[in-house]
Amino acid sequence: MFEFYDVKYKDVLDLPKLEIKQEEITTFIGASGSGKTTILRMLNKLISPTQGRIIFNGTDLRQINSVAHRRTVSMLSQSPAIFDGSIRDNLNVGLRFQERELARDKDLNHILEQVKLNKPLEASANTLSGGEKQRLALGRILLLNSKVYLLDEPSSALDDETEEMIIQMLTEHVKREKKTIVMVTHSKAIAEKYSDTIIEISKGRCLTWRCNDERNN
Amino acid sequence: MNGIIDLSAFRVVLAYLFVIIVLVIVRLRGINREKEIVISSLRMTLQLILTGYILVYVFRYPNPFITGGIIFLMEAFSVYTIFKKFKGKLSASLKKVVVISMSIGTLSCLLYFLLVVVRITPWYNPQYFVPIAGMLIGNSMTGISLGIKSLIEGMTTQKALVEEALILGATPQVATRSIINSTFDAAILPTIQSMVGMGIVFLPGMMTGQILSGTSPTTAIAYQIAIMFGILGAVALTVIIMLQLGYRTFFNKEDQLEDQLYKV
Repeated sequence: MFEFYDVKYKDVLDLPKLEIKQEEITTFIGASGSGKTTILRMLNKLISPTQGRIIFNGTDLRQINSVAHRRTVSMLSQSPAIFDGSIRDNLNVGLRFQERELARDKDLNHILEQVKLNKPLEASANTLSGGEKQRLALGRILLLNSKVYLLDEPSSALDDETEEMIIQMLTEHVKREKKTIVMVTHSKAIAEKYSDTIIEISKGRCLTWRCNDERNN
Repeated sequence: MNGIIDLSAFRVVLAYLFVIIVLVIVRLRGINREKEIVISSLRMTLQLILTGYILVYVFRYPNPFITGGIIFLMEAFSVYTIFKKFKGKLSASLKKVVVISMSIGTLSCLLYFLLVVVRITPWYNPQYFVPIAGMLIGNSMTGISLGIKSLIEGMTTQKALVEEALILGATPQVATRSIINSTFDAAILPTIQSMVGMGIVFLPGMMTGQILSGTSPTTAIAYQIAIMFGILGAVALTVIIMLQLGYRTFFNKEDQLEDQLYKV
């Protein structure tokens, strides 16, 4: 799905070759500042490599319209920004930006259940806690029903129990719907448990790249 | 109508009493502004004396090239003033946008106002062209300054929201819509507010000048109403052109936010 060829980004990243497979869960692990988030931002076309090429489904990312690409490949940033308004407004905001039909309340409530956010749709989104905002933002991108999800520390603001539930829900959803996840996490345990492929990044370089045999078996 | 009372040079000097009052106030309050007040008062006096003599010549010998040259100088000075105000904060592309928006916004409104509303003859009549251009360009310059300040602030303080909108599939135009709308609002608000108080709270400068020079108040009012609409149109047009072109300067060709929002 994504192939990297001699990709460099300033002095942050240097990845001679890397492949991310379709319908798999690929997880980047590594110390903070190692360049994991930069990879996700490049995959979302928020930034472009300063050198080298990234191929997406056979086409150089530079030749793909950025807005169209971001509508195919949805990203959840580590500290997602929440817009003024209600939970309903924030869930629908992605659909609105993409000029798509807004979701019905029934579907919005279903999404809230999935992300374990027990709040009324009318509630103000700005009053939510950090973890609740992160779950709201996750619900927002699930509603977009994209082919690929890029998740930057999707559970960093969650407690262990909620983290486990959310990641499990996500992986089941992705496998069921034949979607692709590229995830960044600090948690080796999460990576080992849920990933098909684990890539360790250190100082902008790929340290190890392995199929998660335990999981694949 | 009574003839206008001629203000002799001595009587103008008497008006300097107001400057002295301000100087006394800032001195007593310990506000360090004496130098600026003196310099700006003297500079204003010299500039206006010089302009007065130039206008006497220009009005006496009307010429399209001279009129055009004066308008060009006014535009150039207004753009220079904006650049100076935001020294080091405007990217090269945003500077280009300022030049384009000031030129198109003010010139189109000026030509419409003089050739369609007032219908001056000859078409380059400097007696109308120069003062009305001054009002349109001056007010547009203020509007653009407010607009740039608000745009830069909006793009800086709301960068996370703009980026989040891009992540969620918004075009740069949609991602910056609320910033552009609030910036436009902030830029034209002073013009709208000045219209509200006009005629009741204060008599505007142009109207006062016309009345003092012996023009009938009804004629002066007709001009004032028309010029206020002209100013509103020019400010709105220059600011919206600046915003429509200006927001793009914060993005590259790949619809990505530039690393450096503006030159620091």
